[in-house]
Amino acid sequence: MERNPLQRQVAYMRRSLFDQGYLDEQFVQLEDLQDDANPNFVEEIVTLFYTDSARLIHNIEQALESRPLDFIRLDDYMHQFKGSSSSIGAKKVKNECTQFREHCSARSAEGCVRTFQQVKQEHTILRRKLETYFQLARQAGLAN
Amino acid sequence: MDSAFCPPRTDVFPAGLRVLVVDDDPTWLKILEKMLKKCLYEVTICGLARDALNLLRERKDGYDIVISDVNMPDMDGFKLLELVGLEMDLPVIMMSVDGETSRVMKGVQHGACDYLLKPIRMKELRNIWQHVFRKKINEVRDIESHESIDDFQIMRNGPEQSDDGYLVSGDPTSVKKRKDTENKHDDRDHCDPSSVKKARVVWSVDLHQKFVRAVNQIGFDKVGPKKILDLMNVPWLTRENVASHLQKYRLYLSRLQKEDDLKTSCGGIKHSDLSPKDSTGSFGLSNLTNMHQNDAANSGYGFSGNKKLVQSIDIDPKVQEGDLKGIISLPRTEQKKMLTGEASDPQKARSSQMGFNDSFGSIEQDVNYAAFDSSISAQYSWSGEKVPEAQFQEEHRPSVQLETSFNQLPVPGPQHHIQVDCLQPTLPPISPGSSRKERDKASPAKIKPLYASYDSHHVSNVSSAGSEIDLFSVQSKCQMVNPQAFEPISNITLNMRNQGHNQSGVNDLESFQRNLISGSGSALESLEDLQVHWLQGDCNPMNLGLRNIEFSDYHDQKLITEVPFHLYDPLKLDYEYLSDLTEYPIMDQGLFIA
Repeated sequence: MERNPLQRQVAYMRRSLFDQGYLDEQFVQLEDLQDDANPNFVEEIVTLFYTDSARLIHNIEQALESRPLDFIRLDDYMHQFKGSSSSIGAKKVKNECTQFREHCSARSAEGCVRTFQQVKQEHTILRRKLETYFQLARQAGLAN
Repeated sequence: MDSAFCPPRTDVFPAGLRVLVVDDDPTWLKILEKMLKKCLYEVTICGLARDALNLLRERKDGYDIVISDVNMPDMDGFKLLELVGLEMDLPVIMMSVDGETSRVMKGVQHGACDYLLKPIRMKELRNIWQHVFRKKINEVRDIESHESIDDFQIMRNGPEQSDDGYLVSGDPTSVKKRKDTENKHDDRDHCDPSSVKKARVVWSVDLHQKFVRAVNQIGFDKVGPKKILDLMNVPWLTRENVASHLQKYRLYLSRLQKEDDLKTSCGGIKHSDLSPKDSTGSFGLSNLTNMHQNDAANSGYGFSGNKKLVQSIDIDPKVQEGDLKGIISLPRTEQKKMLTGEASDPQKARSSQMGFNDSFGSIEQDVNYAAFDSSISAQYSWSGEKVPEAQFQEEHRPSVQLETSFNQLPVPGPQHHIQVDCLQPTLPPISPGSSRKERDKASPAKIKPLYASYDSHHVSNVSSAGSEIDLFSVQSKCQMVNPQAFEPISNITLNMRNQGHNQSGVNDLESFQRNLISGSGSALESLEDLQVHWLQGDCNPMNLGLRNIEFSDYHDQKLITEVPFHLYDPLKLDYEYLSDLTEYPIMDQGLFIA
C-alpha cells in the first residue's frame, strides 16, 4: 500500500514502464520471486542482465564489422541476446531483436546494422529507466 | 556448480527434487535457480554442458531431473539431451526462446520429456516433478511385470533402505535395482543406502556392449527388446529397460543418418560402399566381440571416449565456421590439463579402456575437423576401422588386428599406445606420426566413414606418406558406393569441409587423446560421446591438427561407427581389399573413384 509520496511515485513509475511497453509479465515474475531471502532480487537480476548483455552486444558489434557478414552467426548471437532480454521482461528490446533476426534471414546487411542500433538504443533506454526506478524504490523503502 | 550430494527427501515429494539446470545465460540461470528453490527443489546450476555432464557422471544418482537450454556454446542442447538419456536415463526438459514447432519436435525426438519456452513461468516449473514420477512408475511397472514374487517378498520384509519414497511401489524397484547396483554398477554408491534410490539402470560399457552385441546378432532390422533381452542374458535387466535403451539407440542412429542426409550435398557421393558391416562405429568394443555383423548400432554407442574430453570437444553441427574454432579451443585447455595428469601414468592409461576409447573418440573428433581437401597428412589409425576388418574376418582375429595395428600405429602420445594395448576391443591409438606403411600393415584402421568422397587427390595421397586426410575429401568427386553408409560420413566430412582450418586441431587432438587416456567413466560411454560429437560436428577442419596424423587412405575403412548397421553391406567390398593392405591405395582408388 502506498503510504508516502515516494512510494506512490515508485508505483506510478512502475505502472508506466508496463503501460509504455518497456516491460512485460516476466518482470512481474521476478518481483514475485523477491522475498526475504533475496530482498533485492529484481535489481540483482537486472544488473546481471546488463553485465552479461554488454558482452553479447560486443560480440554482435564485432560480427557486424566482419565482411562479408556472417548472418548465421549474427542470428545466433541475437538469439542469445533475445533469450537474455526475455529474462527480465525487456519487451521493446525483445521486439527489436526479432526485427534484427528477420533482417538476418533476409540477409540484409543494411537492415541488420540499422536494427542493431535500435536494439542498443532500447537496451540503453531501459537500463536508465530501471536504474531510476530502483533508486526511487530504494529511497521509498528507506523513507518508509 | 557445486552441489553437496543430497538424496531427495522422499517423504515430502516432490519437495527435495534434485534438479540440475544447464544454461549458458547467467541471468536465466539465476532466475531458474530462484524459481526452483521456491518450488522447494534442490537446485544445482551449471553454465556449461560439459560441466553438467561431469556432474551427472560423478554422481550417477545425484539428480532426478535435468533442465537444459537448447542453445549453448560448448555443446548442442540436443546432444546433451541424448547423452543424458543414454547414460543416465534421466528425464530432461529442454528450454528455449525459440518455440518453433520443428525445434520442439526435435527436442521430443531426442527424448526430451518436455520443452519449455522462455520466458518460463513458475507454474511451469512447479510441475516438472511429474516427469520424474512418471519415469519411476514406468520402471516399477516394468519390474512388476517381469519380476518374480521374490522382490515383493523382500519388499514386504522391509528393505532397510528403501528410499524410493517417490513411489509407494518403489520398493521392488529399489530392491531390484539395488541388487543390480551391487552386481553391476560399481560406480553406484553402495555405501550409502539412502543414496541407492532410484532404480535407474545405468548402461555401463559392459552392459551396452552386450546390448550392441545382441543387436548385431539379431540383425538391426529384426531387433526387438525381447530378443535382445534374451540374448543379453542379464538377469536383472528388464524388457522395458532394453526397450527404452533401444529406442534411444535408434534415435541416435537415425539422427546420425539424418545429419548425413542434410549434409550430404556433394554430388556423386554414393554411400553404397559403406557397408553396414562396418560397425566400427562402436569402436571395436562391441564390434570386435560381435563379428557377425556390422554393428551399425554399435557405431554410435561403442564409442565412449573420455567424457570430459568429449564434451569439450563436442561440435555442434549447427555451429558455423567461426564457432567451431571457439569450441575447439575450449576444451583444449581442459584436455591439456587432463593430459598432464595422465601422462604420468601410462600404466593406468593402459588399463583404462576408456583411454582407448577416448583416443578413438578424439581421433574421430579430429577427423571431423580435418578439411576435406586438406593436405593434412595424417595417418589416422582407427580401431574403428579395424573393426570392420575384424568383422569381415568373422571374428577370427579382430583382437589380433587391433594389436597389430596398435603396435604399429604411431601414437600421438605415449598414452595412446598404452591404452590401446590393454583394451581388447580397443581402437588403435591414433598415430599421428606413423608412416603409412605401418598403418597399412597395422590394419585398415581408417576413418573410412569419413571418406564420403574421395577425389583423386586422395588417391595420390595414398601413396605418399603425407597423405591427406582423405576423410575429408567429401567434397571431391569420389563417390561412395554406399550412399547410405556414407551418410554419416558424408555428414562428417561435409561438416569438415565447411569449416575453416583449425589450427588448434593438432593440439586439440593430442590433448584430447591424452585426455581420453585418462579415461574417466566407461569407455563405452565415452565412445558414445565421441561418436556423438563426431557425428554432429560441423567441425573446423583440423588441418593442422591432423598434420601429425596420418590418415589412412582407406576410404573403405569405415568409420563404421557412424554407419548404421544395415548400411554396411558395401563394406564387403572393402573387406576384400582389407585383406591386402598393401593394395589399399589402389583399391581405394578403384573403390572410391566412381
